[in-house]
Amino acid sequence: MNSAEGQAAHVLVERKFHTFADPPGEMVLDCGARLGPITLAYETLGRLNAERSNAILILHAFSGDSHVAGYLREDDGQPGWWDNMVGPGKPVDTDRYFVICSNILGGCSGSTGPSSVNPATGKPYGLAFPMVTIKDMVRAQKHLIDHLGITKLMSLVGGSVGGMQVLRWCADYPAMVGSAIPLATTTRHSAQAIAFNEVARQAIMADPEWNNGDYYDGPGPAHGLAVARMIGHVTYLSDSAMREKFGRRLHRSNLSFDFTGDFQVESYLHHQGKKFVNRFDANSLLYITKAADYFDLERDGASLLVNETLAGVPFLVASFTSDWLYPTYQSRNIVSALKKNGSDVSFCEIEAQWGHDAFLMPNMRLDGLISGFLDRVYHERCL
Amino acid sequence: MNAVYNPELGSMRFDLQVIASWIEPGSRVLDLGCGAGDLLDYLKQNRQVSGTGIELSEEKAARCIERGLTVLQGDFRREVRDYPEARFDVVVLSQTLQQITDPKELLTDLLWIGKRVIVSFPNFGHWSARLQFLLTGMAPITDQLPYEWYNTPNIRVISIKDFKRFLRLFGVRIVREVAINTHHHDYKGNIVRTLKNLRATYGIMMLERVG
Repeated sequence: MNSAEGQAAHVLVERKFHTFADPPGEMVLDCGARLGPITLAYETLGRLNAERSNAILILHAFSGDSHVAGYLREDDGQPGWWDNMVGPGKPVDTDRYFVICSNILGGCSGSTGPSSVNPATGKPYGLAFPMVTIKDMVRAQKHLIDHLGITKLMSLVGGSVGGMQVLRWCADYPAMVGSAIPLATTTRHSAQAIAFNEVARQAIMADPEWNNGDYYDGPGPAHGLAVARMIGHVTYLSDSAMREKFGRRLHRSNLSFDFTGDFQVESYLHHQGKKFVNRFDANSLLYITKAADYFDLERDGASLLVNETLAGVPFLVASFTSDWLYPTYQSRNIVSALKKNGSDVSFCEIEAQWGHDAFLMPNMRLDGLISGFLDRVYHERCL
Repeated sequence: MNAVYNPELGSMRFDLQVIASWIEPGSRVLDLGCGAGDLLDYLKQNRQVSGTGIELSEEKAARCIERGLTVLQGDFRREVRDYPEARFDVVVLSQTLQQITDPKELLTDLLWIGKRVIVSFPNFGHWSARLQFLLTGMAPITDQLPYEWYNTPNIRVISIKDFKRFLRLFGVRIVREVAINTHHHDYKGNIVRTLKNLRATYGIMMLERVG
């Protein structure tokens, strides 16, 4: 960074790919199917130290990608999705930590998913893509971390569906977890969260252009996908956020007396829907929402987070007051399970009016928590 | 043991200075209502203590986490319930007992999750409170209990004598005790050795279960 010129130079990052599970060594998925080869798109920032002890894995939320921070090209107008959190001198300080972020299995931003070519047919998988779970996504990420020669991650950070992956890592590979920051997340979807996901899926599947998932040589279910995204956005905000952001304000001077949309909140949702269609695959939405719905860290009334290996492991759990998709009680359940382990768990419910989206918004409180927590872990365990 | 208990502890409230001096190096400590984390930070830096705090205020809890402490934001009355038996060597309840609706149940919980519990509380038996009540016939207002009857969070009126009687009744053993007289907003003080219930502003006791 060179701030002397009045404007910081772009931190350039490169999207890389790791391919594994080539037949006949396909990865066996939770559903029993075998999948391979698998490619994960990933990006890294910062430098891995000689001891390989400063690696932080960032897990993205449902519609995210590997481009967590920095710019892919010098003339890129948009930085990565968490650029306010990750970068030189930022809370996840890439001058000090080696940051890895990979696109999830089932996604559509460079990793293997339903829009990838099925080697058996030479055409996109569509619904022939096997059902993947959060556990499968994490299993694939472990291949990448092994490939990078890292045996223990200094920390894992993720919000929402990314937080589910953090928790899944803790349950499945606890010995590789140096510390963890699950944000605005849950150990299992509530009926309400499943309900919204199902409405989103139905919106896609009801679009005739969806064609049972086989639409890659046509226009695709643009309308269904846009509606699915609109529903998502309603769940990411909150009553107070919407009141503040839109109220009942109109986006035109007078009522139209038709159905083209009068209110600002309507045009916002239309805009978000349209924008999403250009960057996201409808089938990926179906698979990933289903994976999130299936995610459940409880077995027979016991939490899979209760594990002796996690004793003493530092955790920072945070929720947001206005998040009604993953309300605070769900984060407290995580804390409660970790306390039984003797994990070194900190928790904060952050005052924020922006609903579930708050974890992605610039927030001084969250910045302070994450930077203080990571700083402590770094000094206690990496120096 | 006059003025300040230990010069390097001078920036902490005096009752916390006494409490800190009672905690063995390397212990596992739970500090209930830990505020901005002064006691925990001192114990971590100087006594290699692995500490956890519980604090209701978002702002204070966040400040603790930012300075590298382990703190849970929440109501400790509820938060203490998840821990297994004897999870902590010491549980600290400083200047909060007088605000608890169910002190007996709380102490039972604390003596379950901690091998020992250190309690400090303002002594209502102090002469200034007695004198005010005698002379004015009105609820006393002191440096330690600075509220009016209608806005006080201190719903339990306890003296050192009352508390010791309570412990006898409920079969809790006092491992260690001290009475202190504080001044300068409770940041300085001295140990009271005679006529404790009359002369001390605070009582501090280390407790454990009998049997």
